[in-house]
Amino acid sequence: MTAEPKGDDGTRRDFIYIATGAFATVGAGIATWPFIDQMNPAADVLALASLEVDISGIQPGHALTVKWRGKPVFIRHRTPEEISQARAVNVADLRDPMRDEDRVQQDKWLIVVGICTHLGCIPLGVKETDPKGDFDGYFCPCHGSHYDSSARVRKGPAPRNLEVPAYEFLTPTLVKIG
Amino acid sequence: MSGEPQHIDDLHHELKLRGVLGWIEYRLPVFNWINNAVGTNYPTPKNLNYFWNFGALAGIALVIQILTGIVLAAHYVPTVDGAFASVERIMRDVNYGWLFRYVHANGASLFFAIVYVHLFRNLYYGSYKYPRELLWWLGLIILLLMIITAFMGYVLPWGQMSYWGATVITNLFGAIPLIGDNLVLWLWGGYSVGEALLRGFYSLHYLLAFVIAGLAIVHIWALHQHRSNNPLGIDIKGPQDVLPFHPYYTTKDLFGLGIYLIIFAALVFYMPNALGEPDNYIPADPLQTPAHIVPEWYLLPFYAILRAIPDKLGGVMALAAALLVLFAVPWLDTSKVRSARFRPIYRQLFWILVADVFLLGYIGGSPAEGIYIPIGQLATAYYFAHFLILLPIVGKLESPKPLPDSIATAVLEENKRKRARKLPQVGVQPTSAGGHH
Repeated sequence: MTAEPKGDDGTRRDFIYIATGAFATVGAGIATWPFIDQMNPAADVLALASLEVDISGIQPGHALTVKWRGKPVFIRHRTPEEISQARAVNVADLRDPMRDEDRVQQDKWLIVVGICTHLGCIPLGVKETDPKGDFDGYFCPCHGSHYDSSARVRKGPAPRNLEVPAYEFLTPTLVKIG
Repeated sequence: MSGEPQHIDDLHHELKLRGVLGWIEYRLPVFNWINNAVGTNYPTPKNLNYFWNFGALAGIALVIQILTGIVLAAHYVPTVDGAFASVERIMRDVNYGWLFRYVHANGASLFFAIVYVHLFRNLYYGSYKYPRELLWWLGLIILLLMIITAFMGYVLPWGQMSYWGATVITNLFGAIPLIGDNLVLWLWGGYSVGEALLRGFYSLHYLLAFVIAGLAIVHIWALHQHRSNNPLGIDIKGPQDVLPFHPYYTTKDLFGLGIYLIIFAALVFYMPNALGEPDNYIPADPLQTPAHIVPEWYLLPFYAILRAIPDKLGGVMALAAALLVLFAVPWLDTSKVRSARFRPIYRQLFWILVADVFLLGYIGGSPAEGIYIPIGQLATAYYFAHFLILLPIVGKLESPKPLPDSIATAVLEENKRKRARKLPQVGVQPTSAGGHH
């Protein structure tokens, strides 16, 4: 064997040492990925991520709760008064400014995720006997957040409006959420 | 430097730490604890060969089983109706679920392979002898728990082999006189293998992995008391016989680990079902027994011993005795010489025993009929004869070869011999040994 190069540039041994260490570090890093990814939603969970709902039975002024991805979704058949009320608001005054037109695909159907944006409770207002808050929409009993007839936050601690999920109307009475 | 250390206890490679590490060390001396266990302050015989990799490998195999097992447990459903489907869901739907299951299943096989090499290394080099008897016992208890844990784990997927394996093995306990039937009823928590047993096995399978981990630590504790045996089987006499564990044996163990992981990856990625039974991909059916029930390969020799005795109670006792006899080996072996290198007759008997165990494994995997039955009985008889008859007699009759004075002199002589063999051809220049940088 010939003499190994020595000096400040490092030796063959240094190279092997660093190469081995780097290889082991990268290998260990890659090996942790499956451990992280196994906690992500599995294929069967993702496959059930959308839901079709028949809304033909919901009368004006009434609402329905459906379970989608483990969460409640409120589907409300709004009356003309509720729609005009939602559109009369000065958007600039809102905590989370959004026009009602941007929150619905069809004026009479308001579809939102029924999770309060404060700390995740389910607001009241779907059932006829529920309190609907000061703005004729939804009221969260946990910490007193009031949502209007476009499900925008108007009063209380909630920072944002109720979330509008992705959805599409497959037919005028069949909506696919997700 | 005030002279060379005269005794192994004079070697000191204590870590002197400053800064944050020093602050921690002053309050919790964890760094020196590690350094004393697997670092520069753990003197190790300088002549260990690659068979001494298998202890560290077994530890790593256990860690792999625990890590993958924790993930599998998070996705598995321990119910009669849900178990099989949940395993299939792990295979098809859970992200990398197939990887975790294949690593866990093949990892169990390789864990046993490693532990068997570790055990036979021990038998060859006489590591079980004074003063390491308790170390040997702890290892055997770990093996016993591994067998129980592996069996319980095999039941969990609730396939045909799971179900009928559980039925056959739990029925073994029915052989015990008087209490047998009630004992089986108790194990089952019902009138057949079912929900109660599945849930119990799931709970214990998880628990026992950590019991094994705890015992492994005690095993290492006992090892460090008198330190590793070595291929010569002679005691460490002084500082010249040892090397610090780190970097010498950490590097050697890491190299072994690299080889191990290559084999592991080849199994998992290219032949993940090679060691498994296809029948276990059929969901458990209490109304139909598979034609040919066999355990996993690592239990086949024991299975052969069980079947060799044509009597229910006798078979169970032989099975238990096959393991228990190993506990008596430190006293059955009457030779004072540890390593088979210096025991010409024992060395041959060792290899005959290895062949006998392989034969038992082959018989265990064959149907219980025809010529296989007498061969299995002969192999079983030889297994016990080796330990109970040959081992005590050979120790008395054999005249061992002379032992070297010390590990250091033996190593130097071997190097001299190697150099003498090489010199004429290559012309190695007498370099200073080792590299100092």
